[in-house]
Amino acid sequence: MSTETARSALNPERETAQAAIKQNLREYGLVLALVAIMLFFQWQTGGVLFKPVNLTNLVLQNSYIIIMALGMLLVIVGGHIDLSVGSVSGFVGAVAAVLMVQYKLDPVLTTLICIVVGGLIGASQGYWIAYMKIPSFIVTLAGMLVFKGLALWLLGGRSVGPFPPEFQLLSAGFIPDVIGPMTIGDVTLHSTTLLIGVLIVAAMFYLALRSRRARESHGYTAERFGLFVAKNAIIAAMVLFLIYMMASYKGLPNVLIVMGVLIVLFVFVTKRMTIGRRIYAMGGNVKAAALSGIKTERLTFLVFINMGMLAALAGLIFAARLNTATPKAGLGFELDVIAAVFIGGASMAGGVGQVAGAVIGAFIMGVMNNGMSIMGVNIDWQQVIKGLVLLGAVVFDVYNKNKA
Amino acid sequence: MDNIILEMRNITKTFPGVKALQDVNLDVRAGEIHAVVGENGAGKSTLMKVLSGVYPHGSYEGAIRFLGKECRFSGIHDSERVGIVIIHQELALVPLLSIAENIFLGNEQSHYGVIDWNLARRRAGELLRKVGLKEDPDTLITNIGVGKQQLVEIAKALAKKVKLLILDEPTASLSERDSDALLSLLVEFREQGIASILISHKLNEVGKVADRITVLRDGRTIETLEKADISEARIISSMVGRSLDDRFPPRHPKIGEVVFEVNDWVVHHPVHPDRVAIRNVNVNVRRGEVVGIAGLMGSGRTEFAMSVFGRAWGTGISGKVSLHGKPIDVSTVGRAVKHGIAYATEDRKTYGLNLIDHIKHNVTAANLKGVSSAGIIDDMRELNVANDYRKQTNIRSSSVYQVTGNLSGGNQQKVVLSKWLFANPEVLILDEPTRGIDVGAKYEIYTIINRLAEQGKSILMISSEMPELLGVCDRIYVMNEGRIVGELPAAEASQEKIMRMIVRGDDKPDEEEEHKVRTAS
Repeated sequence: MSTETARSALNPERETAQAAIKQNLREYGLVLALVAIMLFFQWQTGGVLFKPVNLTNLVLQNSYIIIMALGMLLVIVGGHIDLSVGSVSGFVGAVAAVLMVQYKLDPVLTTLICIVVGGLIGASQGYWIAYMKIPSFIVTLAGMLVFKGLALWLLGGRSVGPFPPEFQLLSAGFIPDVIGPMTIGDVTLHSTTLLIGVLIVAAMFYLALRSRRARESHGYTAERFGLFVAKNAIIAAMVLFLIYMMASYKGLPNVLIVMGVLIVLFVFVTKRMTIGRRIYAMGGNVKAAALSGIKTERLTFLVFINMGMLAALAGLIFAARLNTATPKAGLGFELDVIAAVFIGGASMAGGVGQVAGAVIGAFIMGVMNNGMSIMGVNIDWQQVIKGLVLLGAVVFDVYNKNKA
Repeated sequence: MDNIILEMRNITKTFPGVKALQDVNLDVRAGEIHAVVGENGAGKSTLMKVLSGVYPHGSYEGAIRFLGKECRFSGIHDSERVGIVIIHQELALVPLLSIAENIFLGNEQSHYGVIDWNLARRRAGELLRKVGLKEDPDTLITNIGVGKQQLVEIAKALAKKVKLLILDEPTASLSERDSDALLSLLVEFREQGIASILISHKLNEVGKVADRITVLRDGRTIETLEKADISEARIISSMVGRSLDDRFPPRHPKIGEVVFEVNDWVVHHPVHPDRVAIRNVNVNVRRGEVVGIAGLMGSGRTEFAMSVFGRAWGTGISGKVSLHGKPIDVSTVGRAVKHGIAYATEDRKTYGLNLIDHIKHNVTAANLKGVSSAGIIDDMRELNVANDYRKQTNIRSSSVYQVTGNLSGGNQQKVVLSKWLFANPEVLILDEPTRGIDVGAKYEIYTIINRLAEQGKSILMISSEMPELLGVCDRIYVMNEGRIVGELPAAEASQEKIMRMIVRGDDKPDEEEEHKVRTAS
């Protein structure tokens, strides 16, 4: 202890740099794992994985899992679990189908109604968990059965579809190329997509620089400039690469826009907003949080409403993607969602977890699904491998924590 | 000294940083009731844990001889096998199992792993008769009162063929009638040749039944008194006889008007709503004043404080809380904090800190509004606040990004204090602010308390360490069994006076007072 303090007094800058790297090691490790897995499948599938059409598919296939993972992250960080999200998303898809196909309701209005329905479902479960102190595992296990059953009843055991074309755009559509296509050599690029990509990267650099300046103006040592530039350049390169791939196919899918906005929003909520901080405080020690004046019951209630709304949105996207609502929709989604959050570094005990981790965790699962399917790995072995990866990721985490 | 069955010689037990026991000697004669008394933290429970094998042989120095044989217990099982049974203050009964099941828990009446329920019930019935408990062996523990549960514990000990029974504060939560029954049972056992070690704070009952008394203080044996020498005054001076040296920073109190007042405060127990836990408590604190609440553990001090702080404890709460003479609403923690009341818990790990998060986030947890606008946290402002308090309270850590779970107890306590200082309260309730921390850190905490008082804050401090109350406070309330049993200016107070108030205040309120409490609630 005393030698440690002495060392940090001697070389504070190195100490903070090391601490920063150590702190972010997990997130970097996760990104590296994702990149490694992608490269592995790129090699194993003979270059299919990185084909623009496949990358676009990858996003479309995993969008609903990622959207639910955002809500699930808050649920798990808050010290709870939600097993009902798969059933809820299936049920909401069924509601949408009934409203649009049988009652010919406007797709936009239907979407709004469905999200409100999702919020109400979340509230109905959250009420028992937050105010009646029923364990979330049990409440949402019940919810899982209830909404699976209700979806079956609503659809009368049949598939209902197809949907109006405007609704299908939610999943199958791409943003319009308002600028017009651009041709370089033999590739035609979606230039609006490219422009958006450049703007995103510029915004990222601006924000990173601004927070760096703020640190310095308060007299704190920021990370070394070289490291700072290198880190941001790598992230920018990855974003631009993805954007380029998308642009050389049909441009950005609508879903990706929805997903991107939600991801940014949830990162902001968890990192910068008081409500996000309170969720971490509650998950870390609910008694201490309550004794600090945090309304833990209301917070839990809100977290489940949020989860319900996101599950509804995911249900809509999935239904739009299939262009039909089936009684089997949503089956087992909760497992992928929960796995994504845990692979992303969240702790079962609550209080720990990052939005970025959950998103990358979901992509790890998604890339493995996609890659193994292309390789022709049987579905049985796919399950086994995914299970082992989940176990491995958590073991790695626990091992690291015990070592530190 | 003939007939000595237990001999503990030069027992020394060290925890990291603390010598809990130092060369303690204790011997017990066959068929005697031997009382062990001392303040909280004097080492009584540690000594009993050494004796019963909770701290195994090798983790302490010294020797234990029982019935002429050297004992090297590696666990509770070993000590029970030779006939030493300890009954802890917190009863170790399983509430949803029956009396018979509890009596034979871990000692089942079985053949080849199959339990013989008829035998168990019959034997349980015999044991219950021996301890004078008229209950069906099939009754669930949760359905009988604490007094009867205590008797079940003793029956359980008898089932293990006990030769030496250790009771740790057995009457702490019993009514007078139940206590008397329990004590006469011990006397009965004495006649049957079962020796007992009785740990108790209640000197009157110790005086009634004990044959000899050993006094511990600061982890050392002070003396062992024979029956003839036992007197309350002698015991008390023996228990507290230590001088106040310069362990406390100097104080320059500037005391103003009454700021904080609690009147006719009555609280019922959350699990047993018909039990009055806090009875008609009246307390006030002035500007710049440090007011202490003395009392033993379980006297209701923490429960009182938490019930005032946003009803965080208890049900059926009535009474009035006022600030500057105006009644305020403290019905939720949020409202209490808003009115400028803070409560720093006695149990920082369970109730005080988010141990998996770092110092910065813990410091701002009670006042996120202070570092945010429109719900958005200003990262830089938060970092400045955290660094500022880290410096002010002298938290020793590598940075504000150190996880609080890795800090020492003293530094954790400073984080809890920082959290509440940043909430900028007018009234600060500190519950055992120096529990489990070393002398140096204690001094720093006292310095912070002094500084706050000088800034004009009102401080209510709960402590089980009487020298600390005498050294830090301006005025001291004495609490026992949920009531204020005395109030005295620190200048006139002494440990003897306080201890006397506590041990004399043991008597239950008379009928009339009981009636008043009932109608008030």
